[in-house]
Formats: sequence, structure tokens, C-alpha cells
Amino acid sequence: MEVSMTVNGRAVSADVEPRTLLVHFLRENLRLTGTHVGCETGYCGACTVHVDGKAVKSCTMLAVQAEGADVKTIESLASNGNLHPVQEGFWERHGLQCGFCTPGMIMASVALLDENNNPSEDEIRHGIEGNLCRCTGYHNIVRAVEYAGAKMRGEEPPPPDWEGGE
Amino acid sequence: MHFHHPTTLADATQAVAEGATPLAGGTDLMVEVNFRHRRPEHVVGLRKVEELGAWEGNRIGAGVTWRRLEHGGPQALAEAARTVGSPQIRNAGTIGGNVVTASPAGDGLPFLVAVDAKVEVMSAEGGRLVPWDVFFVGVKKTTLAADELVTAIHLPESLPERQAFGKVGVRSAMVIATVGCVVTRTDDGKTTVGLGSVGPTPLRASRAEEMISSVTRPTESDLAEFQKMVSDEARPITDHRSTEEYRRHAVGVLARRLLERCLR
Repeated sequence: MEVSMTVNGRAVSADVEPRTLLVHFLRENLRLTGTHVGCETGYCGACTVHVDGKAVKSCTMLAVQAEGADVKTIESLASNGNLHPVQEGFWERHGLQCGFCTPGMIMASVALLDENNNPSEDEIRHGIEGNLCRCTGYHNIVRAVEYAGAKMRGEEPPPPDWEGGE
Repeated sequence: MHFHHPTTLADATQAVAEGATPLAGGTDLMVEVNFRHRRPEHVVGLRKVEELGAWEGNRIGAGVTWRRLEHGGPQALAEAARTVGSPQIRNAGTIGGNVVTASPAGDGLPFLVAVDAKVEVMSAEGGRLVPWDVFFVGVKKTTLAADELVTAIHLPESLPERQAFGKVGVRSAMVIATVGCVVTRTDDGKTTVGLGSVGPTPLRASRAEEMISSVTRPTESDLAEFQKMVSDEARPITDHRSTEEYRRHAVGVLARRLLERCLR
């Protein structure tokens, strides 16, 4: 079945089996392997991408359901070698260890900050509640999102915890 | 698998009449497909049927997402919406899907039963409005005919002034309710109690409702009696998520707390 959509600003089309999941289409047809496949049940959030500006789990969506949609993956964030503020935050505040959850975690965080660039800690935790991380205990991820929010507001990010923050 | 992508309700109901399985947010169906519990041969995607996303007054289109309900729904339904899955799930999952899946744990269902909502269904032949207690008949079982599509939820014209939703689960996010409950109360005291995850279908605790509705200012002993009656009216089972005893206890405590919230 023919499917056409915009992925990271580029028009793509392909002939796919209708049962192809969006995440497999992205990874295997388009070779955009930044989006990870974790649980295939919608639970872990590793496969989070944006479809028409909203964060969704691409493992519970068929590629053909995204016909005509505007899809953004982790690969869309950095431009000309400059990291997106959320990517920079994860780097600066050690928001990852193994990195498996990171693309989904970052896409969920970007969606959160797109709506509210000054979230409270509770709002950050509520915003990333659909993404599991088994390494970090979430603490540094929350700090990373706070860092990114500050950057996006044009403010100086709070100092890292290890330099006398809380 | 054949996949249809209609843009009109007429084409969608036609596909359903031809045996297609409706697919909206995919948060239930796609999990079953990924686990190979279901292998639908013919699927009709509903994302592009704009009529299903229409929400006017008390008629909520089946395709309205939790995300929209979270921000604009009646109080207890919005509270329930906020606990559905995670932001990604709320962006995808729909109220119509919750109703069609008919899981006893469906987060939207305690509200729908507490306010006596009706389910609007449509086939190529025409539509009908089905009261919730006729629609839900068992665990994931409804009276929806094979050629019918759920198109909207109808709430009553006026909703109770006070409403509260609560849910017990092992996490606060991405969790299937161990117990869910909505309590509503009008200014003149009429109280309703919708229960989830404590029976094969969502239930009403009618005897507890009747008792507490007749009390203008419930005392401590009225509240204790209400809690006990709700527990008695629940019909929970023991499964991998909890035990019958715990659910029976928790649903009484939860209903009482929600009633107290309505009384404040």
C-alpha cells in the first residue's frame, strides 16, 4: 500500500505492507534508527515521535495511519551540528546513561516544552510519565529538562546539582 | 491486512459493514496486534474521519482524544482523562475506543455510568442511542452489532454540580486501574456513584446512592455506612492486578473520599 508523509521536513513515500508499524517504517524504510523500539505495547515510550505536532508512540500506530501527516523524529532536532536545547540539557546534566530511552525521552520533553517552556518539577514529571528510564532514576532527566526550559526562555540554566545546586 | 482510510462517516460505516475492524488511537487494538492476540484482516483507520472528532455541547464525538477531554471535559471526566496512560497515549487514545474496548478498567467509564451517558452507534442502515447499561454486558463485551460503529457519547443536558474522579493503581501514570470511581452530587443532594474495575462491566452503587441522596448533611456515621454499602455493592474478582478483598475495601474508601470532596 502506498503511503506518503513528511518526515523531518522531507516528503517521503513508499510502498509498505499495511501492517507495518510507523516505528518500523521510520527505522527500516527510512533508516532513521534514532527512534527506538522498546516494548511494542505503548508502555515504555522509547518510540516517541511527533505526528502533526503531538507526541505519540510510533509502535502502536501503523505507518499507513500517518498518511499525509507531518512526522518528526529525534533526527530533526539538531541543526548544522548545533544541539537542540533539550539535547544539550541531557548532555550538560547527564540525563542519560545507556541511552536507550533517550530519543523518546527527548521527544516527550520537547513536546512538553513546546507547550509550556517553564514547567514546574511536577509538570516535568507528569510530562515524561510515559517514558521509562531504567538507568537514571529520572533525577538528572528532570534537571536536563529544566536546563532546556531555561535555555528556551533565554535564561541562564540553574547550576548542576554537583556544583552546589540542591 | 487490508487497510481503509476513509474521510467520511458513511465510508467508515460501509467499511465496518464489510467486516473491517475500526482503528482509532490504536492504544488497545495495536497492542493486541503486536502481541499477535488479534490478526485483523481488514482494518478501517478512523483518524481522518473529521465527523468523529466533533464535540458540541453534550455530544462528544467518539474520536475525541483524552488530550482534548483533559483540557475541556466535564470536571470528573477531565480528571479521569488526566490519568489515562501518558501524554502520548492521551494524544492518541479516544473516548470512543474506551467505550468499544469495554474493559472493566476503562478510565472514562465510571464517569459515563455515573451520569447515565448514552452511546451513539451507527451502521450503514442508520443510528441508535444505547443507554450505558444496555451497551456494556460483560468483560470487553458490548451489544454493539458487527456492522455498527460507535460515533459519539451523549451526556445528559445538565450535569451534577459536584463531581470527583479517583483511581487506585500501582503507579500514578501508565497504569491500569485496580479500582476506579466517580461520585457526583447535585446541590439538592442527589448522588451517583460509578465504579470501575470491580465488576465485569462498570457499575453503579445504587443502594449507597439512594441512602446518601436522602441525607442533606452526612455525618461521620452516614459516611461510614456509605463506604460499607459501596464495598458491598462492588463485584470484584481476584486477578493478576489485585485481590477481590483489596478491591472491595479500596473501592469503599475511594468512594467515600470522593463523596467528601463533593461535600466540601
